Amino acid sequence: MIRHICSLTCAISLLAVFLLPLSAVGACDDPLGCVEVAPDDPIVVGAMLVMSGAINYLGEDTLGGVELALLDRDYALMGREIELVVEDSLCTAEGGQVAAQRMAADPTVVGAIGTNCSSAAQGAIPIISESGMVMIAPSNTSPSLTNADIAAGGSHRPGYFRTSQNGLIEGMRLAQFAIYALGAESLATVHDGDPYTSGLAQAVADTFADLAGDVVFEGAVNKGDTDMSSILTEIAVHQPDVIYVPLFEPESNFFAAQMQYIAGLDDTIILGGAASFSSSFPENTGEAAIGIYVSGPLVSGDAYEKLLAQWLDEYGSDPPSGYHAHAYDATNLLLSALESVAVVNDDGGLSVGRQALRDAVAATEDYPGLTGRLTCREDSPFAGDCSPGTALAVFIITEAEVYDDNWPPPLAWNFAVDSFD
Amino acid sequence: MFKWKTDEFSWVDFTIDVLRILIVLAVVVGAWNTLSSGRITFAQWVNLFAAGLSQGSIYALIALGYTLVYGILLMINFAHGEVFMAGAFSTVFLAEALNRTGFLNEQPLLAILVMILFAGLVSMTVAILLERVAYRPLRGSPRLVPLITAIGASFFLQYTFRGLYGSAFKAYPQVKILQGAVSIGGINIPIVQIFVFCSALVLMLGLYWLVERTRVGKAMRAVSENKEVARLMGIDIDWVIMFTFGVGGFLAGSAGVINGMFRPQGVNFFMGFIPGIKAFTAAVLGGIGNIPGAMLGGLFLGVIEAIGPNLVLAGLGIPGANQLKDVIAFTMLVLVLIFRPQGILGERLSEKKA
Repeated sequence: MIRHICSLTCAISLLAVFLLPLSAVGACDDPLGCVEVAPDDPIVVGAMLVMSGAINYLGEDTLGGVELALLDRDYALMGREIELVVEDSLCTAEGGQVAAQRMAADPTVVGAIGTNCSSAAQGAIPIISESGMVMIAPSNTSPSLTNADIAAGGSHRPGYFRTSQNGLIEGMRLAQFAIYALGAESLATVHDGDPYTSGLAQAVADTFADLAGDVVFEGAVNKGDTDMSSILTEIAVHQPDVIYVPLFEPESNFFAAQMQYIAGLDDTIILGGAASFSSSFPENTGEAAIGIYVSGPLVSGDAYEKLLAQWLDEYGSDPPSGYHAHAYDATNLLLSALESVAVVNDDGGLSVGRQALRDAVAATEDYPGLTGRLTCREDSPFAGDCSPGTALAVFIITEAEVYDDNWPPPLAWNFAVDSFD
Repeated sequence: MFKWKTDEFSWVDFTIDVLRILIVLAVVVGAWNTLSSGRITFAQWVNLFAAGLSQGSIYALIALGYTLVYGILLMINFAHGEVFMAGAFSTVFLAEALNRTGFLNEQPLLAILVMILFAGLVSMTVAILLERVAYRPLRGSPRLVPLITAIGASFFLQYTFRGLYGSAFKAYPQVKILQGAVSIGGINIPIVQIFVFCSALVLMLGLYWLVERTRVGKAMRAVSENKEVARLMGIDIDWVIMFTFGVGGFLAGSAGVINGMFRPQGVNFFMGFIPGIKAFTAAVLGGIGNIPGAMLGGLFLGVIEAIGPNLVLAGLGIPGANQLKDVIAFTMLVLVLIFRPQGILGERLSEKKA
């Protein structure tokens, strides 16, 4: 009898242990559930950035932006400490998938900043969306990521936002730059199959053709290729005025360095993408980089100057790339939305509705960011785009960047000032 | 040639002969279409050929390591690509230092020689350690065992060097005297490509002299012929095998620096994988175990890779022909294995060796 009573007591105790948290969750009426932050626990913010590999400088750059945004708030929100959890999303779909799985597996993470690469975002988006979380990307530009039409190759899912400009906008502006500023009549594009590079190459080619330019070659190289002589020879057959090459390093280095050895491309201009907007590009390409145009983010204003001074204080050098301001804006967007939806429970804990947080980010309108006034759109193919798309410029690489470590390079065109629209 | 026409008809021979005819036909049609269209100028063909020859020289130097080890131990050292990486990756830091001090451009030939010696020594050390630690204890075990070990060693070396030097891409500084081009008959040939070909040729001739004209070379050949008889003749088999690994390693390390002059970018812990596989293909193409065969196979593969996509594939209307460069290399491997398993210069191996 005593044994039966003991068993019953144990069973009731176990049931109570399991039901107690459920009852707490039950208090949350958000359709996607809530993140419950206990009274003494920190608010956990995630970051899925590229921390290793050829373009880890982009991860360092954006991580700096995230950290400075948190530092502005003394790593605290609503009287609680903010804890930053960083996962390496690499620059591949698999890397994004693994980073997203780790984020989704941690029930305390309220939302994440990332990814850097569009390919990583393609791996991360389904998992983040399915888990009810929010991700705000600071440097994704692939048009497919904000296109909700899956049948048309879109991969947008609810919960995905970005503060970087859409490749459709960037592509349109760069095609305009090639035609109106460089006087190009013919164009070749080269990508590497990555959603970022292929999306941009397509956007530039489409606009160039719409503006009555002649797109004479659209090709691709393989990631990891070192010998570009074959594709360069094929391009030389068509003798384009401009080659648009949004490749990552080191393929972009190989492409630019080997072009000088191919007969028939002496007068052709290379227009590189933001993936080459790093001090390592002229350093690794050498003399052949001189005269190459690269697009990249351009942010200005007093608030940005203050951020740069903060950066110098904190890290002792200049930012390694140009997306730190976008990451800063992304973090502030997330924290502001969080602040507006978090509910303080009776016990002093916080409850953050996941759907409410998504809605709050999506409702962002005219938010004063460093990269412009941010308004998040819901209409595909711009679903989740929050960037005004003005923080974009074209730079030209000179001897100073190759030999004297000067960075950033001189401005060739500032779209915020001189628009072709 | 056409065995199926004889009394001993075989469907296998018939299929292989049909395949052979189709391949020749595709190559002829593709090449004819390309050449008759006149899309690519003569100067551009020469540019492609020169680039291919330079790339092939690097394949050849690495391939020699495969062929030397196979010749003496009948094993494929799949970690040889990483031996190449070890020298190239380690020396990039020396090259940066030489560039910072200005020595690289003040005494370029001496600086390159120092770099080649340094890379050669690093790769030689790695190759010898590999033999001593990973392969020697397995000597005499079934052939699959050292093969799997080599693959494991390859990963071990990759991630060891990643741990040592990080995962970021590095680049060799550019040497000023190797920049620019020389004009031959109105066609510009890059100086760096001439340098690559000539320096690889010197190293290959040096190896040929070592193997054919020195006592240690004679010992290597003796061990390659028959280890037991060589041992009875008083040759220290273990030392000769270690020496062979060391020579292969030195050539791979030298290839790493020469490659750094040719394609300065993209130096990282994973850089040896693809050249390693290509060099293995080159060694098989030339006839594995055969030193001139490895040299010829490397050069042949480099040129075919450079010219093939534009000459054959583009002529057949295959889109994105340049992306199929690797397909050409590995198709060559498959074709050699089907039609001439002993390679271009190789001899049919006896039952014992095969």
